[in-house]
Amino acid sequence: MGVFREIDSSGSDRASGDRRRHRKLVEDSIKKNIGGIIAEESIIGENKDKKIKIPIKGIKEYRFIYGKNKPGVGSGKGGEQRGDKIGSDQIQQGQGEQQAGNNEGEEVYETEITLEELINYLFDDLDLPYMDRKKFNEIESEKKFKRLGYQKKGIKPRLAKKRSVIEKIKREKATQRGKDVELETDGNEEERERFPFKEEDLRYYHIRNDIKRESNAVVICIMDTSSSMDISKKYIARSFYFLLYQFVRLKYVNVEVVFVSHSTVAKEVNEDEFFHRGESGGTYISSGYEKVLEIIEERYNPAIWNIYAFHCSDGDNWREDNEKAVKFAKKLCETCNLFGYGQISSSGYIPSSTIKSEFTSKVKYSNFSIVNMSRKEDIIPALKKMLEKEEGLGE
Amino acid sequence: MLMMEYTFKQLEEWDSKIYKIIESEGLDCFPQEYEICRYEDMICFEAYAGMPSRYPHWSFGKAYERKKTLYRYNLEGLPYEMVINSDPCIAYLMKDNTLLLQILTIAHVYGHNDFFKNNRLFAEGTRARNTIEMFKNHADRVRSYVSEPAIGYEKVERIMDAAHGLRYHTTRVIGLKELSIEEMKKRLLQKYHNDIKVEGPLDEKKDIPFPNLNKVPLEPTDDIMGFLIEYSKLEDWEKDIIEIVNEETKYFIPQIETKIMNEGWASYWHYKILNKLELPQSLHMEFLNRHNQVIRPFIGGINPYFVGFKMFEDIEKRYGLDKIFEVRKLERDQSFIRKYLTEDLCKDMNMFQYNKKGSDYVIEEISDKEGWKKIRDTLANNVGMEGIPYIRVVEVSTKDNLLTLEHEYDGRELDLTYAYETLKYLSTLWGGKVKLRTYINNVKKFITCNEDKTISITKF
Repeated sequence: MGVFREIDSSGSDRASGDRRRHRKLVEDSIKKNIGGIIAEESIIGENKDKKIKIPIKGIKEYRFIYGKNKPGVGSGKGGEQRGDKIGSDQIQQGQGEQQAGNNEGEEVYETEITLEELINYLFDDLDLPYMDRKKFNEIESEKKFKRLGYQKKGIKPRLAKKRSVIEKIKREKATQRGKDVELETDGNEEERERFPFKEEDLRYYHIRNDIKRESNAVVICIMDTSSSMDISKKYIARSFYFLLYQFVRLKYVNVEVVFVSHSTVAKEVNEDEFFHRGESGGTYISSGYEKVLEIIEERYNPAIWNIYAFHCSDGDNWREDNEKAVKFAKKLCETCNLFGYGQISSSGYIPSSTIKSEFTSKVKYSNFSIVNMSRKEDIIPALKKMLEKEEGLGE
Repeated sequence: MLMMEYTFKQLEEWDSKIYKIIESEGLDCFPQEYEICRYEDMICFEAYAGMPSRYPHWSFGKAYERKKTLYRYNLEGLPYEMVINSDPCIAYLMKDNTLLLQILTIAHVYGHNDFFKNNRLFAEGTRARNTIEMFKNHADRVRSYVSEPAIGYEKVERIMDAAHGLRYHTTRVIGLKELSIEEMKKRLLQKYHNDIKVEGPLDEKKDIPFPNLNKVPLEPTDDIMGFLIEYSKLEDWEKDIIEIVNEETKYFIPQIETKIMNEGWASYWHYKILNKLELPQSLHMEFLNRHNQVIRPFIGGINPYFVGFKMFEDIEKRYGLDKIFEVRKLERDQSFIRKYLTEDLCKDMNMFQYNKKGSDYVIEEISDKEGWKKIRDTLANNVGMEGIPYIRVVEVSTKDNLLTLEHEYDGRELDLTYAYETLKYLSTLWGGKVKLRTYINNVKKFITCNEDKTISITKF
């Protein structure tokens, strides 16, 4: 005969420690692969609150197991014939679990995290100090109220109801204590006297107007769309801009993005055109810079806006434009918080012009940086290098 | 507190009715204890294989998250019950279950209980009386290393991860007395002297080398865990962790080896008992529904409840009731299937054999006259510990501390990604270079894990 017991473990959670450790390991593994995950094209340009599913190879418990090229046995519905195809790799995974032995299926978890979390992981990992914002760039963006406790006088809308009830109870208790002990002992609930609120019970929130200072930022993406910028180069540029935008957005409440594309002439375009429309023809880098300076002049007063400008090109500038490009680059350095030039080179191709070396030798500003990218893996180091400039700037 | 649709008193009444049937049918059980728990506790018990007092390790946290996710998305139903091989036998029942499910579970649990007490592998390979104590003791030891300032969580985890990776590589034969090193040497010498004995005057003198009695290991061994405890240069606490993992594995091996039999046996009995209970009509209908859910084929896979139930029913039909008691005592899944899976059963269960062709899985054999034996043998070779590659330590070269192992190839190749990582674990525990002889794409190869944990593959 059995003995029955009820176990009440409510409150205790035996697994919590081991779960925490497991989650930490999962997080670490996400961080380790973050470069690859974040540079995936599918998430570029998504909303930051959007949940994305990333397949995480679960923290595997490695041991010696057989590969998949071995016979297995299963139950059917009847009528199966030799040579029938019963599935491909995908389906097989689930079945592994149910096999009598210890054959575990491939463990792939899909973890849902928001893009923001992902970005946070990334920047945690880059170990960047919090940016110092320039004071004069702060603007009063919003008026908020801040509660500072309670006061006895106030206007009706600010009545603190809970607090007032507490005060009333306090007074009630105090009154009772003063009365005869007798009354308390046979204290008949029904006959308890009504005990109304008095003016002295009422409390009001003490409130102060709080001016929140916010800072605004604009990210200006400039891209060379001449014929030499092929799809893979554009992809690198795009990933880079995406991350830069995410980073700036972490730091500022209001972030605007401006897209400028140029070949020999520049124009402001929307995001879609920026990333997808190919142009042809030659390259005047200066045209892009000039356009940006124009836009800043018109819409983004550097006194109010933190400006981040970044230019991606394959470096193939027409020689006669170099001098002008250098001149405008300097001007951009003076205007922007940060100005960067990213040279995207596909392997083996050496640009005929040397706008990069022109910049290196002639544009000497502490907030100017030049980075090189040729593969997906270079994006994050490049970003890091560039943002380190920002750090230096804060000091 | 959750509302239960039954009272404790009801459970006790049904239990005593069930117990009467158990006794009259001749089942032989440990004292039985039931703990009624909440859904969250059930997930927890499952994650810790029924032992919430186990040592801390992230893999249990992972198991917990995994179960919880599967239930949340309804990919897997919650188990009705969880039974622990211990004396007294402990079973967890989930509070939210219906009365009928509890009755069904109680009957099912007695089946497991009887199996634990009587099956040879459990009787010889585990000590039911010490089970709970053993797990607690292990947990205490591991926690003491974790809290030791000179050791700490991360160091313990490093060894634990590696030990988990190799845990199934322990002696497979249950109940076998292991020879001491001295006994092994003696036996080797005896064999040598027998071998060189010249029978007649005309026989040529045999050229047999004298056995190397200093060889490590003396003879190839599949007990990699034991070998590491004996010969590695690990610190005492590290060896103790291997010992702990090894002991727990030995506790679990009988369960791994008898999954089909154990579930089949418990299902056979819950079915029989509930039919004898004279359930009221409404409960009886629910019983049939639930039973059919448990005993349903997994299309394309093996449901141990289904296969085991069918087989025990068939054995009883063919050989009588006494026979099934004998079978539950002596066999394990491999021998059970080899001996008692028949052509008719294979046909009845629509069993087929598949293999991978490219990325597709294609049916190779079906349960007809030609195919069923292959199906039976393939299944027998994939159940229990047969599903785990057989790997032995062959030798240690004293010169460079290289540990050589061999994988006994039977046509099934290792998953390479897993093999690489597992070799890294082994190299961590061994403290040096490790080399595994195996087959890759049907060609004999060596996989080497160097001291810096790089992997290289060389031709044999």
